[in-house]
Amino acid sequence: MIEARFKLDYPGFTLDVDLPLPSSGITALFGHSGSGKTTLLRAIAGLERVAGGRLVVDGEVWQDEQHFLRTHQRPIGYVFQEASLFAHLTVQGNLDYGIKRAASRSSGRSSSADFSKIIDLLGIGALLDRRPEHLSGGERQRVAIARALLRQPRLLLMDEPLAALDLARKEEILPYLEQLHETLSIPILYVSHAPDEVARLADHIVVLDSGHALACGPLTETLARLDLPIRLGEDAGVVLDATVTEHDAEWHLAGVDFPGGRLWVRDKGIPTGHHVRLRIHARDVSLATAPVVGNSIINTLPATVVALGEDAHPALCLVRLDAGGQPMLARLTRRSAAALQLAPGQSIWAQIKAVALIG
Amino acid sequence: MNPADLAAVWLTFKLATLVTLILLLVGTPIAWWLARTRSGWKGPVGAVVALPIVLPPTVLGFYLLLLMGPNGVVGQLTQWAGIGLLPFTFWGLVVASVFYSLPFVVQPIQNAFEALGDRPLEAAATLGARPLDAFFSVAVPLAKPGFLTATVLGFAHTVGEFGVVLMIGGNIPDKTRVVSVQIYDHVEALEYAQAHWLAGGMVIFSFLVLLVLYTLNPTGKKK
Repeated sequence: MIEARFKLDYPGFTLDVDLPLPSSGITALFGHSGSGKTTLLRAIAGLERVAGGRLVVDGEVWQDEQHFLRTHQRPIGYVFQEASLFAHLTVQGNLDYGIKRAASRSSGRSSSADFSKIIDLLGIGALLDRRPEHLSGGERQRVAIARALLRQPRLLLMDEPLAALDLARKEEILPYLEQLHETLSIPILYVSHAPDEVARLADHIVVLDSGHALACGPLTETLARLDLPIRLGEDAGVVLDATVTEHDAEWHLAGVDFPGGRLWVRDKGIPTGHHVRLRIHARDVSLATAPVVGNSIINTLPATVVALGEDAHPALCLVRLDAGGQPMLARLTRRSAAALQLAPGQSIWAQIKAVALIG
Repeated sequence: MNPADLAAVWLTFKLATLVTLILLLVGTPIAWWLARTRSGWKGPVGAVVALPIVLPPTVLGFYLLLLMGPNGVVGQLTQWAGIGLLPFTFWGLVVASVFYSLPFVVQPIQNAFEALGDRPLEAAATLGARPLDAFFSVAVPLAKPGFLTATVLGFAHTVGEFGVVLMIGGNIPDKTRVVSVQIYDHVEALEYAQAHWLAGGMVIFSFLVLLVLYTLNPTGKKK
C-alpha cells in the first residue's frame, strides 16, 4: 500500500491529493495536460520537493514532516517521457550506471540472471554496444525502461513513456509493457493522457483534474461509475480481463471467458490460455428482457441491472449492469428504458454488438 | 632565438599551464553555480566574472597592483603570512593572470552546463547517484566540449596577455618577462629580426590552437 499526500500551491496551479495507491499492478495517473499528473509523479520520486507532503510506501516513510528521502535515496525506477539516456555512455554503460549504484545501496542483489532476464524481456540484447544517438526512439525508450528496472526498484514510475513516440513505435513498445505487467511484481505508476494506453495496461486508475483526484480505484469499477463523467476516449465503456479458451476454426472466432460468461471475438491467433483484455463501449450494448432469436448479434449474456444514470443528452441514459461480478455499461434511450421498465435488481439480457480486443 | 628569448618562451609556457590548471579548479565550481543557481546573485557575480573581457588590461592591472601592494589588503595579508609582496614576482603574475583569464574559462563551462538542462541530473538521481557523483559521472563528461574550449581559451589568453603583465610583473628576466614583453623589448630596441621570430611564433601558435579547437570541437550538429 502506498499513501501519497501532497499539497502544492503555485500561481495558476494547485495539486491537492491524498491517495491510497495499490502496491501491485499498473496504476494509471490519467488526466489532461496541466492536471498535475506529472507533478504528482515527480513528487513521489522526490524530484519535486513538496513541503508538508507525506509518502509512505509499504509502511516505510519516504517523506513526512520530519523526513525527506532525496531522489537518489528512494528505491525507484523512473522512465521519463524522452528516454534521457546518457549520451556519453553506450547502452551497456547506461544499464550499468544504475546497477552499480544499486549494488552499493544494498547487498548486491542484482545477478547476471536478472540482467539477462530484463534484457530479454525488453529485447535489447543486440543493442548493448551502441550509443544512444544510434538508436531509434522506440529502442531508446526500451533501454530506458531496462535501465530503470535493473536498479531493482520497489516502485516503477513512468511519465508518459510513449507520448514522444509515433504510432508505429508505440505499437512496438506496448507489447513489452504488457510483458512487464505480467512478469513484474512491483507496482507501476503510469502517467498518461492516452485513453487507449490506459485501457490496455492499467489495473487501477487515478483520474486527475486541475490538481485534484476525481476518482481513484480499480479500472473497470471506476469506468462503470455512473456518477462520474469519466471517459476513456470519446465514449463511455468498460474494459474486462478474459482468457482465451476456444478457437472456432470454421468461423475464425475465438471464445474468451470471463466470470460473466463467454464472448466470441475475431480470432487474432492468440493461443488458448492467454490473457486478453477486451473493451466494450456502452453504445454497443443493448438490452432485452428475454433472449432474442433471429438477430445477428452473437454475444448475448445474462446480467443484472444495478443502476440507471443520466447521460450527456436528455434522450439517453446509462445503465450499469453486473455480469458475474463484472460491471458493464449500456446506453439506451430513456424511452426504451421506460418501455422495458428497467429497475435495479432486474435480470436482463445484454446484447453486445461489438467487442474490441485491445491486447 | 637567443637564451633570453627561450627563457621568455619557457616562462610563458609555465605561466599559462599553471594558470589554466588553477582556473579549471576554481572556474568549474563558479561555472556550475552560475549555471544552476536561481539566486539573485547570479547577475552580479556573472558580471564580475565577465569584467576582464571589457576592461582595459591596464585598469585591471592597476587595481591588482594596488591590492597586492604594500598598502593593499592582499599585500598586507601576504606580508603578514610571511610570503612578502606579490607584485613583480612570478606568483604575482599567476594571481593576476587568473583574474584576467577567468571569464574565458568560466563562460564556456557555464554554457556547457546550462545546455545540459536538469534532465540528465534528474535521471542520474533516479538511478541512485548522489549529487556529487552525478556531477562527476554525468555533468562533467557531457560538458566535455565546454571544458576543452575553456582549457584552450584559458591557456591561449594567458599566453597573449601584455598589459596586465607590465602593470603587475614589470620586465624581470626569468621571473616576469614573458614572450609578449620580450617582443616589445625587441621592437623598442629596433631588433626586428628577433621580434619576428617570437611574433611569428605567436601567430603560428595561436592559429594552431584555434585550429585544434575548431577541429575537435565543431560547433553545430554532427549530423
